Amino acid sequence: MEIQQFSYDNKIVQKFLYATMLWGVVGMLVGLLLAFMFLFPNITDGISWLSFGRLRPLHTNAVIFAFVGNAIFAGVYYSTQRLLKARMFSDFMSNFNFWGWQLIIVAAAITLPLGYTTSKEYAELEWPIDIAIAIVWVVFGWNLIGTILKRRQRHLYVAIWFYLATFVTVAVLHIFNSLELPVAALKSYSVYAGVQDALVQWWYGHNAVAFFLTTPFLGLMYYFVPKAANRPIYSYRLSIVHFWSLIFIYIWAGPHHLLYSSLPDWAQNLGVAFSVMLIAPSWGGMINGLLTLRGVWDKVRTDATLKFMVVAITGYGMATFEGPMLSLKNVNAIAHFSDWIIAHVHVGALAWNGFLTFGMIYWLVPKMFKTTLYSKGLANLHFWIGTLGIILYALPMYVAGFTQALMWKEFNPDGSLVYGNFLETVTQIIPMYWMRAIGGTMFLVGMLIMVYNVIITIRKGSSVEDELAEAPALTRVSKRRVAGETFHSWLERKPVQLTILATVAILIGGIVQIVPTILVKSNIPTITSVKPYTPLELEGRDLYIREGCVGCHSQMIRPFRSEVERYGEYSKAGEFVYDHPFLWGSKRTGPDLHRIGGKYSDNWHLNHMYDPQSTSSGSIMPAYQWLVINEHDRSATQSKMEAMVKLGVPYTDEDITNAPQSMAEQATQIEKNLYTDPEFEKTYEADKKYAQENGEDFIEMRDREIVALIAYLQRLGTDIKIKETEEIISQNK
Amino acid sequence: MSVIYVLLAISISVALVFFAAFVFSVKRGQYDDSYTPSVRMLFEDELLPDLDENEPENKEIELTKSTNQ
Repeated sequence: MEIQQFSYDNKIVQKFLYATMLWGVVGMLVGLLLAFMFLFPNITDGISWLSFGRLRPLHTNAVIFAFVGNAIFAGVYYSTQRLLKARMFSDFMSNFNFWGWQLIIVAAAITLPLGYTTSKEYAELEWPIDIAIAIVWVVFGWNLIGTILKRRQRHLYVAIWFYLATFVTVAVLHIFNSLELPVAALKSYSVYAGVQDALVQWWYGHNAVAFFLTTPFLGLMYYFVPKAANRPIYSYRLSIVHFWSLIFIYIWAGPHHLLYSSLPDWAQNLGVAFSVMLIAPSWGGMINGLLTLRGVWDKVRTDATLKFMVVAITGYGMATFEGPMLSLKNVNAIAHFSDWIIAHVHVGALAWNGFLTFGMIYWLVPKMFKTTLYSKGLANLHFWIGTLGIILYALPMYVAGFTQALMWKEFNPDGSLVYGNFLETVTQIIPMYWMRAIGGTMFLVGMLIMVYNVIITIRKGSSVEDELAEAPALTRVSKRRVAGETFHSWLERKPVQLTILATVAILIGGIVQIVPTILVKSNIPTITSVKPYTPLELEGRDLYIREGCVGCHSQMIRPFRSEVERYGEYSKAGEFVYDHPFLWGSKRTGPDLHRIGGKYSDNWHLNHMYDPQSTSSGSIMPAYQWLVINEHDRSATQSKMEAMVKLGVPYTDEDITNAPQSMAEQATQIEKNLYTDPEFEKTYEADKKYAQENGEDFIEMRDREIVALIAYLQRLGTDIKIKETEEIISQNK
Repeated sequence: MSVIYVLLAISISVALVFFAAFVFSVKRGQYDDSYTPSVRMLFEDELLPDLDENEPENKEIELTKSTNQ
């Protein structure tokens, strides 16, 4: 048997490790700033690019795609080479993957704070960056599959399957969810509208969790836990079952994000059923990971790497128990839109992804630099401060979520809401927000201790950039060997076929849910009184998207007595047919806005945006002063309307031609309405006079951004009246 | 509305195919050796060049290294 000598590419692994730590610190710092904004809403007073709505997507994207993303690449590039006994297919592709991914992250870090966003959660990046992601991702997959093809180990270890499934599914999800019509260099509209957009988005959003935060990390678990414990995985057979069942079930669970929403019931129930089923493969995987440590639990007592991994796997188990629970409609009715979900995702992110990454780093760095870890004491300190940080983060958020959700639903004996003012339910949980911020701080401090420990370790070590290795070349499979071969062992030898079959499994799940909703008209009852937005409202909606209002305010009133009492008539699917993209939101840090139209005066909105605490004492909404001051750029309105026409919104040519005039009329009307408040008249005229006297340019109120936003807010949910709704319901019966 | 049933039928039949493939592979003893791979991955195949500095193979290692880069 010919023994071949080759070298492993360690340099690419090192690069990804550095990037993991750098972006981890950045992403968590942004998260911490956001946590403190709950306590001091105006901490970044007046700086638009440091406002909550714009930083929230930066935090989620940085942590998911920069921190976890780079950790995935580091782990995949290390373990794939060793499991397949081959250097990566192409060094150029490896480096293209690395630098391309970092450029995308930098692009995200610039565009998101500037307000360039599609508003779809975890897919906020605008279309040019979406294209870049697709290209870099395909290069990653190509490199991975290329390596598999030139491998020296015929059997594909289970981790490789998880990586393959990750590559294929994320590619499919990303492409389908990012289908959007560009309007300008950094502005686009989702091709889907309303309910359809929501379904596609949460099919993506849920599977971003499944196939970006879970499957690749399960692959890493199946490699690094046995390695660190020096024990084979508890049951290899179970890992195979785990893989197939997980990828097949996961893809159907997306609709559990839209329970009690305007999504058709059959789609909701399908999502619930599959979510409940998910507990089996998830817990199978968790138990498999934990039982790998049987016989070596004494090592866990001393080895920081194993400690991190144990907490990581436990966190995975908790999050995947909670997930199916949250998918049950009655539990979801309480948890959805509340901080419970924030607790849930952070158990997953901090414990499962964070701690597995830390364990991997503590194991990899000494190995890569041929040395021992600088300080075991610091690693243990990191472990304890991090674990306490997770507990201090998660527990208060559970309490906050439960408390607030119950307050939302509490009725007086006479049928009125006990806490009719949403703000009362917010002030109640401020102490929980304090504890969360402290827990988050502890987690970040732990991370910084790790960075210090790693830097010193690297300094005293010596880097081996190309690690030599040897392995026999793969012999051709003779006819005799293949005789009597079973299907699965054939499959194991054929990565391409394996990939295709995995894609098929995944696509079926997607198609059966999405295609009917798009095709079947009866799923979305059209409501005759629902009309497209006026040009000014459309522009206002784009401001709503730009400022990330959707991060804290939902536009989806669920059919509960408590919600109808608080917000108004529950939301109907037909009301969203012109919403490209949908803006249902997933969290109510503030109240729902779907029926906000006509509830308050134009002046109230102006004052509220300029200084939320002046209209709502104790509010934790930050001020949006720049909206009130800035001139509104309405130069692209017509091209936006033309894009909408292409997407099926019935604007006539006349509508588009008359857009500037229509906007001017509506804006002037709002300006007039604002004059009804003598306070406004006084300060506004004083400003005007001051500008004239000092020869400064003065922007008329009707030309400012706030007017468009008010136009949009006043329009929200006003298309249908209760009477008409009753008619619709009777028609549908 | 009928498209739902068509799609459901297609997906369920493909799911059944998957299930059949799984049962088939179990029955044919596919998972009989579901242990070796889990142990094999624990072995490292890295070479330690400093251990055999005077050995002639070391030159080959150098050569392969440069070609692989």
